[in-house]
Amino acid sequence: MKKFLSILLAVCLLALCLAGCGASSSGSQAAGGSSAAAGGDATGAGIPADQIKVGVIHIGDPADGSGYSYAHDQGIVGMQQALGLSDDQIIRKNNVADDDAAAIQTALEELVEAGCNIIFATSWGYMDYCEAMAEEYPDIIFSHGTGSKSNGTNFNNYFGRIYQARYLSGVAAGLNTKSNKIGYVAAWGTENGEVTSGCDAFAMGVYSVNPDAEVYVKTTNSWYDPEGEKAAAQALIDLGCDVIGQHCDTPNPQLAAEEAGVYGVGYNSDMAKDAPGAVLTSVVWNWSAYYTTAVQNVIDGTWVAGEKVDNYYGGLAEGFVDITDLSDLCAEGTAEAVEEARAKILSGEWDVFDGEIEGNDGQMHTSEYYLDVNWYFKNVVVK
Amino acid sequence: MDLFLKFLVAAVAAGTPLLFGTVGEILTEKVGHLNLGVEGMMALGACAGFMAGYATDNLLLAWLAAFAAGLGGALIYAVLTVTFMANQNVAGLTLTIFGVGLSNFFGIYMLGKSESGSLKLPEAVTAQMRSVDIPVLSDLPVVGPLLFQYNPFVYLGIAVALVCAWYLFRTKTGLNVQAIGENPGAADAASIDVTRWKYVNILLGGGICGIGGAYCSMIINGGVWLSDSVGGLGWIAVALVIFAAWKPHMAIWGSLVFGALRVLEYYVPQSMGIPAALYKMLPFLMTALVLVISSMRRSAGSRIPGSLGVNYFREER
Repeated sequence: MKKFLSILLAVCLLALCLAGCGASSSGSQAAGGSSAAAGGDATGAGIPADQIKVGVIHIGDPADGSGYSYAHDQGIVGMQQALGLSDDQIIRKNNVADDDAAAIQTALEELVEAGCNIIFATSWGYMDYCEAMAEEYPDIIFSHGTGSKSNGTNFNNYFGRIYQARYLSGVAAGLNTKSNKIGYVAAWGTENGEVTSGCDAFAMGVYSVNPDAEVYVKTTNSWYDPEGEKAAAQALIDLGCDVIGQHCDTPNPQLAAEEAGVYGVGYNSDMAKDAPGAVLTSVVWNWSAYYTTAVQNVIDGTWVAGEKVDNYYGGLAEGFVDITDLSDLCAEGTAEAVEEARAKILSGEWDVFDGEIEGNDGQMHTSEYYLDVNWYFKNVVVK
Repeated sequence: MDLFLKFLVAAVAAGTPLLFGTVGEILTEKVGHLNLGVEGMMALGACAGFMAGYATDNLLLAWLAAFAAGLGGALIYAVLTVTFMANQNVAGLTLTIFGVGLSNFFGIYMLGKSESGSLKLPEAVTAQMRSVDIPVLSDLPVVGPLLFQYNPFVYLGIAVALVCAWYLFRTKTGLNVQAIGENPGAADAASIDVTRWKYVNILLGGGICGIGGAYCSMIINGGVWLSDSVGGLGWIAVALVIFAAWKPHMAIWGSLVFGALRVLEYYVPQSMGIPAALYKMLPFLMTALVLVISSMRRSAGSRIPGSLGVNYFREER
């Protein structure tokens, strides 16, 4: 019987470990300088559009219908249509776990074998493998998303200034709260620059139109936790929040908002289709902006493997990030305020993290690079 | 005070899927079979319940479909372990992998067929599965929200737990079933049909787990289909069986406690800086403590069924 009990406990422990592993795949903390990809000089011969081959590694399955891999794959499809590539010019490797060394290696080798000219690796954990492969195969471009490394010749990093779109969504949230308490379900705390910069930008958007409102943040410590995200949103609603923003993968915070009869701001995809009774707008990615630019650059010979590739950090101006059309739930004047903020960012004279900014610790902060932000804006309250 | 009340309400909501999983697993373990496939059976129920609700607009049919799917998963397990005497741990773990996989597969298949790339339950079903509204009672202060404003799953779960407790401890059949779990050889000698009651309990248990799965896909996820909707709750239910000392009525309190522990991290101010890992650990720490305490007290009746995990070979008596 003791033996039996110990097996039972071991199984429980195992389950616990597995749950832990799932949670520890923390996100994309890119570091280092940024250099926007602009035209630049053509440094060599390009590859004709009908001969180029594009490889993609997805962490999940694009067939899922929503979420991270789906959004990336929509970007790839958009690129394919924009550039008129045929189906057999695009080779996908799906469900490649980004902590599975053997699977990543195999996927990359197969894409190289298939003759890909440029390979998009869409998840943080692929970074080191791409770096090594880039050294081994100097005539192939390895383009890694959400990372922090690059070599300037055939290995680059790409990511979007999602905080610009979040700022706009914050304007919408700030104008639609009545309790002046706005909830924000964050996947990670201040250790993650991507999540924290997004939360700060959202809070600054709120502050720009409604200085009295506070943004209450709760952290789930996971990118994908259906039950936790629902519980966090419910707890925020219970604290009196009447707009729920989010930086996590499921639409559950929006559904909780809809059920409670409060507003919400979705993320990743247009969540109005999930919770039409709550969503004011959603913060969305348009990955095809980058994929099209990148492949076009290879076709034009602007980027040549072994000679030159640039990092890419596009934002609102490039159409890489945006918010969806404001819903009818928005108060009057919201659209005008959002447009005003958009024009300010698009003018290029001002960006969200410009200058010294007061944090909720009372200190002034400056940030060279948005993914290094590890402090909360002054109206953010960790609840 | 108000927030504490809301915390309790959230705890009940978070505990309900665990209650179904735990009661189902107790029925199974009471005949001496450890079914580690709770997660898989819940996943099957999640998918079947959701899709039935999606197709028929009827909560009752969704419950039936979820029950049937969980029962189907348990049937695989029962045939393997009762009839073919396969290793229970392996069969259960396999059922988990199979159930979760099949559920996700079918979900993705249906997503592919949907026009908007999203599956959302029709309003007719969501209206039925929202909080009940009992005249007068639901409007009472404090007592109303605490007792009379939950969704129908909650009341179903408590009813199922009480009926199962009555069945196991207050009926002759239930006592026979417990005898099978303690010593199938002796039960067999007392002319109890061991195989038949093992099947009945394992299948019923699986069906109840299935309804718990439907709770995950329909209530927790607010009526929008997500992959991996059960998300490990089945494993917690397996631990909760020990916590509840193999008694369905104790599972009601146990699931409330575990539900409270699961939402605790969102109701204790995060500014206090308690690491999230601690909250995730608490249910299991509680289980370990209960194991220690119950083994010290050695109280009869709250012990693990004597033949749990051991297949019954009639010829070896």
